[in-house]
Amino acid sequence: MPTLHTVNKSPFERTAFGSCLKHLAAGDAVLVLEDGVVGLRKATAFAGDLDAVSGDHKLYALGPDLDARGLKPDDLVSGVTVVDYGGFVDLVAEHDRTQAWL
Amino acid sequence: MTYQLNGATIEHDEEGYLTDISVWSNDLAEIIAKDENIDMTPEHWEVVNFLREYYDEYQIAPAIRVLVKALKKKYGPEKASNKYLYELFPYGPAKQACKIAGLPKPTGCV
Amino acid sequence: MSMDEQTIDTEVVKKFLYVNRKAPYGTIYALESLEVVLISAAFDQDVSLAFLDDGVYQLVDGQDTKAIGMKNFSPTYRALGDYEITKLFVEKESLDERGLTEDDLMEIMYEDEDDDWAEKPSIRIVSRTEMAAVMADQDVVLSF
Repeated sequence: MPTLHTVNKSPFERTAFGSCLKHLAAGDAVLVLEDGVVGLRKATAFAGDLDAVSGDHKLYALGPDLDARGLKPDDLVSGVTVVDYGGFVDLVAEHDRTQAWL
Repeated sequence: MTYQLNGATIEHDEEGYLTDISVWSNDLAEIIAKDENIDMTPEHWEVVNFLREYYDEYQIAPAIRVLVKALKKKYGPEKASNKYLYELFPYGPAKQACKIAGLPKPTGCV
Repeated sequence: MSMDEQTIDTEVVKKFLYVNRKAPYGTIYALESLEVVLISAAFDQDVSLAFLDDGVYQLVDGQDTKAIGMKNFSPTYRALGDYEITKLFVEKESLDERGLTEDDLMEIMYEDEDDDWAEKPSIRIVSRTEMAAVMADQDVVLSF
C-alpha cells in the first residue's frame, strides 16, 4: 500500500523535506516540486539525507520547477527521475494515497 | 445592525450573532430571543446555559449531536433529542440557541 | 437493529489522518486543521490526528494568547472526545528534539462508551517508526 509523498519546500528553509524522508514506509516514493527541488542538487548539505533513502525509495522531481530554477538533470543527486505534469498525475494515480509535506 | 438594551446599542452581524460575545447578558439573551420569536422558558435556559458552559470550557459551540448527547447525560433522555430541541428552537438549536447564548455560529453548522 | 441502522452500518468508513506539523498562532494552519477536523466529524469516518515536528506545540499545556490578541483554541482539543475523535498520535522524537516531554502536553481525555464511560487518554505517544506506520495505514492523509 505505497504512498506518494510530495515535498514543495526547500530543506534549507524548512524541515518538511527532512521530516518526510524520516517517515517513509516500504515502497513509498517522493515527488519533489516547487522550492523543494533545490534540495535535490548534488553536493549540498542535504545530499547525504537523500542518499540514505534513495536506495530504497524512488525519487521524482517535477521538471518545470527544475527548469524555472536553472537546475539541470545533471546537477541533481543520482537516482532522481524527472517527470512533467502528466507524470505527476500518473504518480498520484499509481499510489494508494498521496501525502503532502507542506 | 444592532440590538437595543436599556438604551445601549449592541452590534450583531447580518444573521443576528453578536459581534462581541463578551457583551452577552441574560437580559440581552431575552432580547435576541424576542427577535427570534422565542419566549424563554426554563427549558430554553437549560439549553442556552449549557451552550455557554460548553463554550466557556472548550471555546466552540458543540455540534447538535454533541449537544444532544451531553443534555442526555445532564438532564435525562426526555430532554435529549433533536425533536425536543427543535420544539424549543424551531429554526434549529444551532442557529437559534447559539445566537441567543451569544455564541458564534457553530463550526460546520448547516 | 432497525433498517436505518443497517443502512448506516454498511456505509463505507474510511480512515482519515490529519497531519499537523506547525506550531499554533504563527500561521493559520493549526486552527484551520482543527476546524476541518470538527466539520469532518459529522461524516462518521475513522479520524486520527498526527502531531509531529512543531505541530506538537499545538498540544502544549498552558497556552495564553491574551497578550497577542488571538483566540486561544487549545481548549478545543479537549472537546474532540465528544466528537468521537480519540486518537491523537504525538511523535516522541519531535517532543525530544524540542526539549518537551509528555508532561508538557495538555491532558486530553475521552469517555469510552463501550467501557461504561471510563475516562481514557486520547494522546498516544508514538515513535517515528510507529508514526510512519500510522501514516501508511490510512485511506486519506490531509496535511496542515
